[in-house]
Amino acid sequence: MTTHTTLSAPPAPAAPSRRSHPEGGSKLERRRQRWGWLFVTPFLVVFALFLVFPLFYAFGMSLFTSTLATGTRFTGFDNYAKAFTDPLFLEGLGRVAAYALVMIPAQLIVALAAALVLDTLATRLSRLSRLLIFAPYAIPVVIGALMWSFLYSPRFGPSATLFDVVGLPAPDFLAADSVFGSLVNIVTWQWSGYYMVVIYAALRSIDPAVYEAARIDGANGWQTATRIKVPMISSSMVMVITFALIGTLQFFTEPVVLRNIAQGAIDAAYTPNMYAYSLAFSYSQFNYASAIAFSLGILVFAGSYVFLFLTRKQSGLK
Amino acid sequence: MSVFAPRADVRDEPLTTATGLPSHEDRSVRDRRRRNGGRRIGSHVFLVILAIYFIIPIWWLAVAATKDTSGLFGSPAFWFDDHFAFFENLAGLFTQQGGIYWRWLANSFLYAFAGGIGATILAILAGYGFAKYRFRGRGAVFTIILGSVMVPLTALVIPTFMLLSQYGIINTPWAVILPSLLSPFGVYLMRVYTQDAVPDEMLEAARIDGAGELRTFFQVALPLLKPAIVTVLLLSIVGTWNNFFLPLAVLTDETLLPVTVGLNRWTALSNAGAGGEQVWNLITTGAFVSVLPLILSFLFLQRYWQGGLSIGSIK
Repeated sequence: MTTHTTLSAPPAPAAPSRRSHPEGGSKLERRRQRWGWLFVTPFLVVFALFLVFPLFYAFGMSLFTSTLATGTRFTGFDNYAKAFTDPLFLEGLGRVAAYALVMIPAQLIVALAAALVLDTLATRLSRLSRLLIFAPYAIPVVIGALMWSFLYSPRFGPSATLFDVVGLPAPDFLAADSVFGSLVNIVTWQWSGYYMVVIYAALRSIDPAVYEAARIDGANGWQTATRIKVPMISSSMVMVITFALIGTLQFFTEPVVLRNIAQGAIDAAYTPNMYAYSLAFSYSQFNYASAIAFSLGILVFAGSYVFLFLTRKQSGLK
Repeated sequence: MSVFAPRADVRDEPLTTATGLPSHEDRSVRDRRRRNGGRRIGSHVFLVILAIYFIIPIWWLAVAATKDTSGLFGSPAFWFDDHFAFFENLAGLFTQQGGIYWRWLANSFLYAFAGGIGATILAILAGYGFAKYRFRGRGAVFTIILGSVMVPLTALVIPTFMLLSQYGIINTPWAVILPSLLSPFGVYLMRVYTQDAVPDEMLEAARIDGAGELRTFFQVALPLLKPAIVTVLLLSIVGTWNNFFLPLAVLTDETLLPVTVGLNRWTALSNAGAGGEQVWNLITTGAFVSVLPLILSFLFLQRYWQGGLSIGSIK
């Protein structure tokens, strides 16, 4: 993702080897290069069938409207006009935007802080911590959300006991105004460890001689971290933020699972994906659901594209 | 370039490798010399607090799996009940709805392995094709694939559902496996890795010795790609194993569900109370059993994912 450069730059190594091989003849050589198609075709078939085609299909579906009275007829962009004036869709969009604003920094700060600390330590305890922090990645999102919904639950959860000790009433994690924080917590718990491993690996690949130079210049640990380490791993940070952004905007699994016990706080249109799902499978409005899904897809694509464009200097993308 | 480069290239550089240890130790020795004890204790306390936060729900799950339903409600959440009910719960998983839980677990394995292995094979072939051949249209096609990494896969679920129902394979294992074969990110990783790990000169030499293109691929390139193959395989198996939206949409037959969707269904039924049976102890035990295989494989495959998860993120 960060090495656009490798594909736009003509790969240098090949050129000399081709030139060193004049007796092969350019025609034969060109025929050999066609083998490339053979290698990429199986993937391209799957790509066409399950990505390109569904996208076009969704777009096509979204241009029609089907009602009992009139049957299915072509209505052009009516469904999109409806979607972008539909308060349920717009509220869902606003909600995932709010989640993105809170959740991405939360995950990033935890992951970055953990990775920076781990990078300065090489004890057995630090290696064990690294493994434990990463552990939630090995747990399916559904199971993670199920576990937290048990922990939040006033019936099973430990919160009543814990807050009783300090003499406070237990907070209701599933009330309408606190469920936002509860969901942020689940996602941060689930993904920070994965992002930490990515950032940590990037930190490990920095040449230690750089730190040596910084130390001679009198930089302390904090300055080394903020002025040298973080800028040097900016391309990994951009990748992590892009993944987090794409993931957050299609928020679905965690709120669906939590909805089992918090129906009052999480409605069926809580996120755009949940809205599209319930339109399609509860109300059989496949045309409108396609318009919602396609709009969301375009917005996510545009959002991550704009983000990558704005950060092209940091990520090395040209 | 990447921490995941073949060992031979990295050996005498001070950079870290997939296992990361040599340079790590060197640097830490130096760190230890110049750093006072207080800072290190502070760092460790910070890490321990983080580790506790990340591990405590998993600990809770392990404890909860040993309790019966009354224990779940009545005993301290983070410690064992007097009555150790894990094996009764396990037995309960065999009898509840005719042991459908094990069916779900087997389905999860089938989908994850079929989808994961298939996606990996496609990614290896495509990655090699993009990295080592300069065919016409290569740049354009690869750019499209790279761009598609940004297409949210959940936006495809509803159209995929409609397409699959037209082909009549909705509500069959294929409806989950076939869409899981799609892994643009896997192709990207394999291409980046292949470019570094397989020298053009070696392929050239094999060709001069008379090996055909396929033989060159299988006997020269493939062995060099082993570390990346394990990583992509791990990532795509985890991806399919975690999948929830797709099976939720395309499967209605209860005996075909993967364990994620199945357990969510039990939870919804138990919460609904009234008509449904409350099987809280089976949900916690089932969840615990279902996370064991992945946790164990991550423990045993550490040296692969630690380097591998970062391929492509480092220039």
